[in-house]
Amino acid sequence: MLIYAVKRLGLAVVIVSLAMLLLFSMIYLIPGDPAAVALGPRATEAMREALRVKMGLDQPVWVQFWNFFRGAWTGDLGREVLSDRPVARVVMEQLPHTLALIAGGITWSVALGIPLGCWAAVNRGGWSDRIVGVLSVAVIAVPSFVVAIYALLVFAVTLRWLPAIGAGPPGDPGAQLLHLILPSLAVGLGWVGYIARMVRASMLEVLEEQHIRTARAFGLPERRIIFRYALAIAVPPTVTLLGVGIGQMLSSAVFAEIVFARPGVGKLVYDSILTRNYPLVTGAVMVTTVLFVLINLAADLVVGALDPRVRGRL
Amino acid sequence: MTVLAIKGLNVSFSTGDGDLRALRDVSLEVPARGIVGVVGESGCGKSTLINAVLGLLADNGRVDGGSILFEGRDLTRLAPAEMRALRGPGIATVFQDPMGALNPVLSIGRQMRDIQYRSPLGRSEKDARSAEFLRRVRIPDAEAALARHPHEFSGGMKQRVAIAMALMMEPSLLIADEPTTALDATLEVATIDLLKELQEQIGCSVLFISHHLGVVAELCDDVVVMYAGEVVERGSARQVFNTPRHPYSALLLECDPARRPERARRLPTIPGSVPDPRRRPEGCVFAGRCPRRVDACRAPQGERAMEPGHMARCHLAEAG
Repeated sequence: MLIYAVKRLGLAVVIVSLAMLLLFSMIYLIPGDPAAVALGPRATEAMREALRVKMGLDQPVWVQFWNFFRGAWTGDLGREVLSDRPVARVVMEQLPHTLALIAGGITWSVALGIPLGCWAAVNRGGWSDRIVGVLSVAVIAVPSFVVAIYALLVFAVTLRWLPAIGAGPPGDPGAQLLHLILPSLAVGLGWVGYIARMVRASMLEVLEEQHIRTARAFGLPERRIIFRYALAIAVPPTVTLLGVGIGQMLSSAVFAEIVFARPGVGKLVYDSILTRNYPLVTGAVMVTTVLFVLINLAADLVVGALDPRVRGRL
Repeated sequence: MTVLAIKGLNVSFSTGDGDLRALRDVSLEVPARGIVGVVGESGCGKSTLINAVLGLLADNGRVDGGSILFEGRDLTRLAPAEMRALRGPGIATVFQDPMGALNPVLSIGRQMRDIQYRSPLGRSEKDARSAEFLRRVRIPDAEAALARHPHEFSGGMKQRVAIAMALMMEPSLLIADEPTTALDATLEVATIDLLKELQEQIGCSVLFISHHLGVVAELCDDVVVMYAGEVVERGSARQVFNTPRHPYSALLLECDPARRPERARRLPTIPGSVPDPRRRPEGCVFAGRCPRRVDACRAPQGERAMEPGHMARCHLAEAG
């Protein structure tokens, strides 16, 4: 398991480095002078030149990349344009809100998706299977911002069960949790459908396998066969799917943060694009990329822990 | 004393285009401490027979006639919970494919502990018992083996683990469903010897399913020959192997390469194939492929006894 973890970590470092190269190339290839954009049309050529030197834009491209690369690995993502604060600190201030949102979305999707998928598989062909099937496709098809807007209208505005906007006052975990319920539902609801479909399909496959017949031939209780013997095999592929799906959840988070006026990396990116605050956009995208890679690393480690066959290969 | 007595068992599966009769009028007996072999080609109903005994027929399958008496109780009339209580301590099974018969993500020790869930023993005592049975099937370093997963064992070792699991139940009846088919020849002999040795120690009866005639002749006291869902011949191993009375048994023995007196370029086969179970003939099921076919074969065939314990489902059997 340790060797597997080290190998996965090494792979994660390589992926993040490649992502940095890609991100740097994109910034470099975009036409236009960042200094001119930052300073506006009324700046003099001397001012622009001074900013270019300050941003290191006068140096050769490989030196620029090396500085960017080294800075990113040491947590220095440069300074943002408007307030000159370090980008890393600005992003990190917003990150916990997004992490909470994603964690809430995963909780919704796993807590509802796995039992629903199991239930559908056990009652294959029955009415419960059909209902779960139709509901799954329905929630997959509805975009997360539609869920967000209707959840806001129904539960916050009409019924007044839950708070409508913001993340709750700092230092009050109970209120923050209440503020998290609707946005995380918007982020996670589609994934309830994906996971229910996936778990149902894997469960049906696993229940046909020989070792399930062995377990039955030893008279093990059916509940134990389903929840311990079959689910343990049906869940790992779902964890992998969820790891990859975090990318989509991160983009849903942008909508949820805007609709619910929550702080977070998504809203930060949105605001900084509107204000042309490019260092902040770059930094936020970089942090999001690292987050994506880390979550996938975690998903791989969870799969490795659940399935001993996976540990042997990379 | 008979442990398992199957009488006139019929099993059908309902399919999209009509009922499929998988077993028709199957009768056999397994005496206490006896080993009974069931032989036949693929698709002759051997697996259906096992599933019917275990109460694990697929959802579209049903027993529609006959009885399966296990220690005097009719298994076809038991409630699912009563049947489940018998699986394991009453009837334990070793399946054909050692690669797929064990759960791939749980350790051997965990699976062996789980099947002892009815036992009042504590966790460490159960594990000690698992290790003891692994030692009895000669798994090296049994305690360490408990922590390992099935993919870390070879095929032969997995099959021995499966045998250890079945025997740990100390069942009255062990069903061995082609336990050596997936193994190579040297392992096959070793596995059969091990099975025989442990069966004597534990004192259980064995219903041994195989299409390997040599193994059946070696291991079994009685032999049941099945064809297209019917028992065509039944008797002691000596009776069936030395004086086969049903033309199918005789041909099957002729096709066994180990019993051929001289080397041949081509192995003999029985021409034709097993009849479609949805369009089963009225009379003898083997008539379509039988070299001794006559008009009387069109009539339904009953079991005919030749000498005590030896019967064949063929009107030619009595003539010899």
